Amino acid sequence: MDNQITAYTYIGEGKVVVNKRLIFYQEKIATFAEFIRALYKQEQVSYPKFYKMDSLSKLGFISAELLLRNENPGRFKPGSLAVVLANSSSSLDTDLAHQDSIRNRSAYFPSPSVFVYTLANIVIGEICIRNGLKGENAFLVSEKFNPAQLQEYVSDLLDNGYAEACICGWVEILGNNFKAVMALVEKEGSGAVLKKEFAPLPFTEASLNDLMNVN
Amino acid sequence: MKPVYAISENIISSLGFTASENADGLLSGSSGISIHQDTALYNNPVALSLVDTFQTEQRFEAILDNYKTEHKSGSYTRLEKMLILSIAGALQDISVRAANPRLILILSTTKGNIDLLEDRFTAKFDHKRVYLWALASVIRDFFGFANTPLIISNACISGVMALIKASRLLRSGKYDYAVVAGGDIATEFVISGFQSFQALSSEPCKPFDLNRKGLSLGEGCGTIVLSANPPDTGSTSILLAGGAVSNDANHISGPSRTGEELSMAMNTAIAESGILNLDIDYISAHGTATPFNDEMEAKAISLSGLSEVPVNSFKGYWGHTLGASGIMESAALIRSMKMNCLFRSAGYETLGVTETINVIKETTYKPVNTCLKTASGFGGCNAALVFRKT
Repeated sequence: MDNQITAYTYIGEGKVVVNKRLIFYQEKIATFAEFIRALYKQEQVSYPKFYKMDSLSKLGFISAELLLRNENPGRFKPGSLAVVLANSSSSLDTDLAHQDSIRNRSAYFPSPSVFVYTLANIVIGEICIRNGLKGENAFLVSEKFNPAQLQEYVSDLLDNGYAEACICGWVEILGNNFKAVMALVEKEGSGAVLKKEFAPLPFTEASLNDLMNVN
Repeated sequence: MKPVYAISENIISSLGFTASENADGLLSGSSGISIHQDTALYNNPVALSLVDTFQTEQRFEAILDNYKTEHKSGSYTRLEKMLILSIAGALQDISVRAANPRLILILSTTKGNIDLLEDRFTAKFDHKRVYLWALASVIRDFFGFANTPLIISNACISGVMALIKASRLLRSGKYDYAVVAGGDIATEFVISGFQSFQALSSEPCKPFDLNRKGLSLGEGCGTIVLSANPPDTGSTSILLAGGAVSNDANHISGPSRTGEELSMAMNTAIAESGILNLDIDYISAHGTATPFNDEMEAKAISLSGLSEVPVNSFKGYWGHTLGASGIMESAALIRSMKMNCLFRSAGYETLGVTETINVIKETTYKPVNTCLKTASGFGGCNAALVFRKT
């Protein structure tokens, strides 16, 4: 049975696209913080912990919220929905904030609430907590989006029974430059929630590349 | 299932620069953790396990000569030198060419060259060098590895996860060899962060002990070479038989209250290996010596019915080496299997977790054939890996 993409989200260049539908657009993005706050408000997400997250986690969290919005993750067996994310700069965005807090010995204020986000996979932890996901998870780093690597990692999980389905994608942020693409991948005929606006795509490198360049 | 063999290993820690030197250190039973007063690392004295800088430099110069590179030692960061030494060490006794197109490098690290964010390094290295892929590409270029490296950065399970992924890649036939290397260094970045969590012990850490007061940070590198073919020498064959990863879905910086999720990873890894839980004769635990981690692990071990199996943590010897820990500790586990020796869990005297588990108090020689390596980390992640002797 082939693997297919049954839902996706795209956040980049001021646009937010969910399953081919443009749901949000800001022509001029002042800062990531303003952008993500506006998106959070518009989409009426209610999750107080969101405000404590660093930028990488906020970006990944919102992507997953939109991705799973019309899904019922309960249709997967417990522990069988995996999460595999990747990016280029790991947690550098927050690393810089932590380093700034220890740069000056006379103003030395390392904070545990910042430091905990200096690991790239914390965004996966946040998504797992929100959705009760206890399965396989992995954070990969590559210079540029590497669809071959991501496709291989996720297909291996699905084809060898380590997972029934997988949330996968690219979640990159450094300062006010950000981009996130997330896909829900599962076996063909696995009872995916069919969407009017979006027919499933084959889970291939080419499809992943297309999603990265949605415009 | 297609077998995957561990054919060579290296460990670089405060105890030495080879797996043998480290095994000797483990046999001597003394800890490589001591109180360091180095203001470049932290303003106050702190218990750390550090890799000897002078020896690193000397050995690296020798490697540059061996590999006949025109690069100078000064063009490599501290972590790059350690990783190159570790990989060169693991490759030196086996006939695997780095340029083999059927070989993949898998790099495991949490923070990579994070020291380069410090002001003292900004003029010396290009700012891009702090990216993990830049670190991987320096390593790849040094050895001439043919394929793009796979970089795993999944907190403290990175090393075990890298080994699991490597064994899956070999089993699927995508590659014949995997060089799985992990490294992390002690930096002000990491020390100040753990200190802000109040997670650091003022003395060398005591995993699973009643008087444990938190973790000790360490630095180091580990490399394990995996092969789809049995080792060409007549030595003992060690197989990576099965592995699994899970998530607590509970808290980003605190472990599960029940240990169910780590137990689930352990059970899945054991089932995949085609064995039973009662076949396990040794567990190399994560054992960070924080109150919550050790408690959670003891619960998981108990849930999986492994309470009587001898267990140790290597953190009492070389501290918590973060992204390197899973590989260094697996390499030490492989040495245990080859030597048929269970190393005592340094720092342990009295059981300090609520579930009764069998922490190794004295180093003992006995058959070690089927072992479990576990790891857990921030972000709620857990990993377990089974090693078997053939």
